[in-house]
Amino acid sequence: MSLSSPPLLELSHISLSFKGVKAITDISFAVARGEICALIGPNGAGKSSLLNVINGVYQAQEGQIRFDGEARRHMRPHHAAERGMARTFQNLALFKGMTVLDNVLTGRNLKRRSSWIEQALGVGRAPQEDDEQRRRAEEVIEFLNIQSWRQSLVGTLPYGLQKRVELARALAAEPTLLLLDEPMAGMNAAEKKEMSRFIVDINREFGTTVVLIEHDIGVVMGISSHVVVLDYGRKIGDGPPDAVRANPEVVAAYLGTRH
Amino acid sequence: MFYSEAGQFSTRYAADRRLFRLRRDRLGLGLLLVFAFAVVPQIGNDYWFSAILTPFLVLSLAGLGLNLLTGYAGQLSLGSAAFMAAGAFATYNFQLRIEGLPLLASFALGGVVAALLSLVFGLPSLRIKGFYLIVSTLAAQFLVPWALVKYGWFSNYNASGVISAPRLDVLGLDLSSPAGRYLLTLGIVVALAFLARNIVRSELGRNWMAVRDMDTAAAVIGIPLARTKLLAFAISGFYLGVAGALWAFTYLGTVEPHGFDLNRSFQVLFIIIIGGMGSILGNFLGAAFIVLFPLLLSNLAGLLLGGLIDPGQLENIQKMIFGALIIVFLIREPEGLARLWQQFRARLRRWPLRY
Repeated sequence: MSLSSPPLLELSHISLSFKGVKAITDISFAVARGEICALIGPNGAGKSSLLNVINGVYQAQEGQIRFDGEARRHMRPHHAAERGMARTFQNLALFKGMTVLDNVLTGRNLKRRSSWIEQALGVGRAPQEDDEQRRRAEEVIEFLNIQSWRQSLVGTLPYGLQKRVELARALAAEPTLLLLDEPMAGMNAAEKKEMSRFIVDINREFGTTVVLIEHDIGVVMGISSHVVVLDYGRKIGDGPPDAVRANPEVVAAYLGTRH
Repeated sequence: MFYSEAGQFSTRYAADRRLFRLRRDRLGLGLLLVFAFAVVPQIGNDYWFSAILTPFLVLSLAGLGLNLLTGYAGQLSLGSAAFMAAGAFATYNFQLRIEGLPLLASFALGGVVAALLSLVFGLPSLRIKGFYLIVSTLAAQFLVPWALVKYGWFSNYNASGVISAPRLDVLGLDLSSPAGRYLLTLGIVVALAFLARNIVRSELGRNWMAVRDMDTAAAVIGIPLARTKLLAFAISGFYLGVAGALWAFTYLGTVEPHGFDLNRSFQVLFIIIIGGMGSILGNFLGAAFIVLFPLLLSNLAGLLLGGLIDPGQLENIQKMIFGALIIVFLIREPEGLARLWQQFRARLRRWPLRY
């Protein structure tokens, strides 16, 4: 990334409160195109809230979001999706009554051009488009190595796999920005390693910019090129992993200070 | 073993997308359709046609309409009978007021009117969910029959609001005999069931299920919530409207607004609960249960206890047994008859092995 290219995502002075309780206070940072940016911080630091602000699940009271050259006061989930943001949730938000394949196909719903009537009758653009959608969905399924569960109901799969299916659904939308809320929560070391590999591969192969929340500092330092640290809704660190690790304020937030 | 899918590979996505992927499913369904269209009219009698098969088919269609909305899109409704009434009365008026309009066209137009009405009563779903939504659809349930009685125009100023069937002919073919009415109903129901199966497997069907399973996630991946929900209401309304028209004209012959009261809505709801939410087949199984079971029970009771207990008592006992059976059944298999069928099929597949 050259320094001159404008960032893909730029948050300026974002503040969010719930009925007077401040969740996020005046946070600004930028995410460059093509990087993996990690949001870290203790529980309740406002990481998930910030992610929710970025793709419009929450509306911040103050501040501005600039994404892919377009500045907005508020994001809306649908608009964010149309503009190329996809995300996963901390507590799985899969469609449990549907198969893995259907979940992944749903991720591609914005790529549809044919009307529902064409699809219901199987005429016009629909059959060809169905093939194309399926082909793209299969690419994602293959990439994340979940072929054998293609026709399984998502609700019946083990947790680690569900996490991967959720990633597949997000990836199926061909996003420019992928927001991952604790993609490795509750996983064992081997699963974490595998998931990290997938995230890095997605970033390298598709050039997808990734913003992720993660508690495992080892993973964070290993895969991200940019770390933003939050504590009590404020930003206390921002920079490359090594610089952040050396930042005394960050160390204090994580390890506590001597009084 | 009986239900082997071994060796049946899809080599193209189009083949994998077929409505019925397995050869045995297609064969079975084909045979069933041939039987229903060609054999049943030969062997059935008028009683079977008019008292059992026609209401079974119409109620299946009504269940299908509600299932699209509740089972697939996750929007609760207790207004089914209102949309059936709207379909029936609209069809009647199209036939009455537009000279020479083909019968099938007026059924379709009746469905469209019910769809629009359902759309209107679906508007609150953009703001409220679950049990609160029932209240809004309940409003339709009370408003529609009331309006049909209050404004004589709907029933062409019949003193008691009763409407009668138009001449039932399709392409010059007179279908007013019991067998004819059965065939007309069967044709419409089969066509609409195929269409429904296509819809629920298309993008729209997936969007419905996404909204049902997790609406926040659905919005985040770009599914337009409002449009998706309203389409569910409209399409469900269309199916219910056509079902209402069939109920009035191929089953009953004459109908008054109060034929479409809250009890009817509950009946349709029970069909999808017993049959299975989110299943096309389930509606047929549920309707069969609701229509056939009481008949079976009454014949059985007549056979075993006839003469011992007075007929009025007998009828009450039947209702109690029927109610108890529904409760027992729902405790044993809350996902309905369609689920039982699936399990049975899975058993057939691996028989004689255990797993």
